[in-house]
Amino acid sequence: MTLPVDMSTTLANAWFPTPIFTASGCASSGKELSQFFSLKDVGAIVTKSVMTKPRHGRPTPRMAETPSGMLNSIGLQGPGIDAFLANDLPWLLEQKARVVVSIAGETIEEYSTLARKIRSASGISALEVNISCPNVENRGLVFACDPDASRRVIDGVRKTIGGELPIIAKLSPDVTNLPEIAKGVVDAGADALALINTVLGMVINLETMKPHLGGKTGGLSGPAIKPIAVRAIYQVHAALPQVPILGMGGVSSGRDALELILAGASAISVGTASFGNPTALITIQNELRELLVARGFATVQQAIGYAHREETQ
Amino acid sequence: MMNTINKNAVQQVATVHSNKRVGAYHQILINVGEIVKSCRPGNFVAISVGGDSSRMILRRAFAISRVSDNSQYGGTMELIVAPHGSGSKWLCAQAEGSEIDIVAPLGTSFGIPTEPINALLVGGGYGSAPLFGLADVLKSRGCKVDMLLGASIGSKIYAPMEGKRSVNSLKIYTEDGSMGEKGRVTESLLEIITNRGIDVIYSCGPMGMLRAITELVANTEVIHQCSVEESMACGIGICMTCVLPVRNEDGSTSMLRSCIDGPVMDGSHVQWDLVGRIPEAHP
Repeated sequence: MTLPVDMSTTLANAWFPTPIFTASGCASSGKELSQFFSLKDVGAIVTKSVMTKPRHGRPTPRMAETPSGMLNSIGLQGPGIDAFLANDLPWLLEQKARVVVSIAGETIEEYSTLARKIRSASGISALEVNISCPNVENRGLVFACDPDASRRVIDGVRKTIGGELPIIAKLSPDVTNLPEIAKGVVDAGADALALINTVLGMVINLETMKPHLGGKTGGLSGPAIKPIAVRAIYQVHAALPQVPILGMGGVSSGRDALELILAGASAISVGTASFGNPTALITIQNELRELLVARGFATVQQAIGYAHREETQ
Repeated sequence: MMNTINKNAVQQVATVHSNKRVGAYHQILINVGEIVKSCRPGNFVAISVGGDSSRMILRRAFAISRVSDNSQYGGTMELIVAPHGSGSKWLCAQAEGSEIDIVAPLGTSFGIPTEPINALLVGGGYGSAPLFGLADVLKSRGCKVDMLLGASIGSKIYAPMEGKRSVNSLKIYTEDGSMGEKGRVTESLLEIITNRGIDVIYSCGPMGMLRAITELVANTEVIHQCSVEESMACGIGICMTCVLPVRNEDGSTSMLRSCIDGPVMDGSHVQWDLVGRIPEAHP
């Protein structure tokens, strides 16, 4: 029986039937998970961040399991935007999935080039601009750690893409003043924010007594970072209550999803949980629906940012 | 466009049928029902470990050593597991009747020839496990099946009695000489290939062994199908951690996922010298 909760949500002008999305980089371009559930049954597929050219990524080992989490060091391996638009996007749209395309660049110009290519594609619900991938050769290139660079990337994308397609800026928690960076990208034209990307970490291999990952550092994900995500979303929602947030970071149950929604997220991306459980999105979606009912919410909308109510009353 | 990735994979809760210690390993039989029909030699299974409140969030991948469709128990899947890390130790501690969450079958399988050929199966350590199931299939196709097994010490050789019956010959090597001949499986490989007219080598074991075999047969007509090992987070193609550099037909290199494009790969396609490095940028 379907419980009487309106699960629909929005990110700026994009509408989604449910608030549970895949997370960029944790669902490839959807084909792999489609064996386990119908992609149209979740809110959206957020594709792996794509760059202008095909890319090999970082050397192996690329993964280390950590307590209640994992480090990855993929380095944005992917087919490049042309192959993505020719093959992956049409396939996703054929599945009637809602698609959030994620892009990443090494330079401000590369983001604009990507935006120009995206502008000519149809059927996309929103554009995620990943300015916070920790697995790039030069940490100086993590735009989201620099308020000025973040603004310039988003400004370039906004100017290229025009006013229709919602832009979601994906930010890093590895900064001192996250609300300040969030304000900057919103001023530059971001319609929504994706919080949080992975947290930079390292594992040292006790056999080799050197950093375990080929790329030395990696992005920490999984339940270990969930409290960081809750804090980041709460802080940014408090500072910018009108800006919708695509929340993520260690969500592996309906309870986790609800926690992020109460902190201020309008939708939730599920990433690492899919590695351990290919049907995690469906389970989380069903659990969330029941939890909302149990707490007397008639819609997801009512629960967004509900944890802030004392401050705002 | 039909989706072919993970096309037979099913996630299900399965029951441990039996769990026995065999030398340094555990032989674990799991009741899996219908999915045995789509399991092929070389496929693997991804298993949740540690229970619901575990701090281990990732599945562990294990080669399926063989499957059988027994009229009494239904379909069973056999795994040979070395209790090395915390995940495999947990699995080896699961008693008969325990429920485990599995996703299977995953990955590519060993290519089975349509004509009877001379096959040489080479296993390193518990890498020998899937080779016995493969030997059964090859024998049923009229192939001549010789097997070489190697390990550091005798207790790490996995060679069950019933498995020995499905091969024409079995030669064992240990590095300390505690079982079979002292040395490595690669030592007289070329001689064996020549003397026995080997057409195809099927191998499973440490990456160093797979690379050594590939290099030994590089100037021969022998086809080398190997089952690679690279650490995986998901086993279903979404995490991109288990990639290996593989040569394309046009000479360029792609980083292919060993869970989707492997674990069974053509050894001559793998760029062994680039494993753990980044290939040159695309041309």
